[in-house]
Amino acid sequence: MTALQGALRMMTDASRRFLSDIGGLTYLCVETAAAALKPPLQIRETIRQMDEIGTKSLSIVSITALFTGMVLALQTAVGLTRFGAKLYVGSIVSMAMVRELGPTLTAVILAGRVGAGITAELGSMAVTEQVDALRSIGASPVQKLVVPRVLACILVLPALTVLADALGIFGGMVIGTSELHVNWHFYLRTVRDTLVIQDVMSGIGKSPFFGFIIGTIACYNGLSTRGGTQGVGRATTKTVVSASIAILVSDFFLTKLFLLL
Amino acid sequence: MGSRGNGSESDVMIAIRGLRIGFDELKVLRGIDLEVRRGETLCVLGGSGCGKSVMLKCIAGLYTPDAGEIRIEGENIVGMSERDLVDVRKKIGFVFQNSALFDSLTVFENVAYPVREHRKIADEALARIVAERLALVGLEGTEEKYPAELSGGMRKRVAFARAVASDPAIVLYDEPTTGLDPQNARRIDLLIRELQAMLGVTGIVVTHDISSAFAVADHLALMVEGRIGVHGTPDEFRSSAEPTVREFLSARPVPPAEPAQSGGAT
Repeated sequence: MTALQGALRMMTDASRRFLSDIGGLTYLCVETAAAALKPPLQIRETIRQMDEIGTKSLSIVSITALFTGMVLALQTAVGLTRFGAKLYVGSIVSMAMVRELGPTLTAVILAGRVGAGITAELGSMAVTEQVDALRSIGASPVQKLVVPRVLACILVLPALTVLADALGIFGGMVIGTSELHVNWHFYLRTVRDTLVIQDVMSGIGKSPFFGFIIGTIACYNGLSTRGGTQGVGRATTKTVVSASIAILVSDFFLTKLFLLL
Repeated sequence: MGSRGNGSESDVMIAIRGLRIGFDELKVLRGIDLEVRRGETLCVLGGSGCGKSVMLKCIAGLYTPDAGEIRIEGENIVGMSERDLVDVRKKIGFVFQNSALFDSLTVFENVAYPVREHRKIADEALARIVAERLALVGLEGTEEKYPAELSGGMRKRVAFARAVASDPAIVLYDEPTTGLDPQNARRIDLLIRELQAMLGVTGIVVTHDISSAFAVADHLALMVEGRIGVHGTPDEFRSSAEPTVREFLSARPVPPAEPAQSGGAT
């Protein structure tokens, strides 16, 4: 009986925490939207964050996309040669990269690199009372800290996604020409013939949403960090896990939505 | 004890009535009544974790009390919206326990932050204010340094400079001498007195450092179990027969303990 009660209590505690997180996150989103429209706009800080989030993610995004394109070409080659259809490698790689893997992989990678970074930074500020100091000065932490970071995430993700798409297709071409002996002219022509503007838009269209998810979850967990350095560690892990899951789940619904449009 | 001079109403800078706050199950403040007059420095003594810092954060509007009222120059700040609180906070400078300097900014930018936040100001005038405030705390020429490059005592003094940068009427000090060596601690005591004398600020110092309390306070208050137990001048405190006061004064130095509640404040 006591074990059952304990389990029940744990479940109610966990669901209460989950619901309070959802509530807090929603509240932060509303506050962020309101603060983003209110002058003074944090343009300089937003640009600094774009550099921090975007420029410094270039290498990790590039490597991921390049190798994903390469492995896609390799895998499709194995599968397609059975049907004698390996000439379609360009179509398959480009379609998969542009519609799905470019935006989603970039977002998951950034949830790790950028999400963890933001939570650790804001979390350290919270536990060392710097967030309280900001408020005591009369400044709004949402306006000063959250808005520039969320905006930067929203703006930077589509750009990184375009880069990932291009490098993925390039990676596929490298393997296509070297391993599958597909002429590169032919590869690029199949890419051009396959992709339509809707493919590109549905892929890139998802990325600002992913940016928003990463930015808000990371900032929320950062600002609500308690319990010293240990708390910062916990909050960082929480951000990476929940942002990755949120990206993958929302990816399904966003894809469905874009198919309806 | 507990009797105060009969100053007129307008002399009262901060008046607290029946202040209560709790975190989850834990009741931290159980009805605080306190008055601070314009230009005086009040020292709130109490063991670690008794709710002193929480009270200070309530006064700055950083925590929302469950009940009671806090009047700053007659205006009740409990229940105010975050936007209205901004105007209240302009009157208040806060020196945090661990200095809480923004470590991504230089000393100059830290001290300039509240000034920039509250008014439009030319770069030259701003530079002059920052230089003046840094001179006040004896840290001329450190403008371009980052907080990580400074010692604990220096960081604390930069925090002082930042707290008084925009000429607040009230300065709240959260454990200003904790974590400092005795020499630096006495220097901080001197600084609190100087700021009061030169800028005429009203101060509340929260501390468990008894020698510091006697050095800086015009009035002392002892917090016991979330209430103000005893309130009086330093002389009244020294000669008090009250058991809680005797116990607290004889137990020096009080070792700092880890805060236990979720608020992370003592």
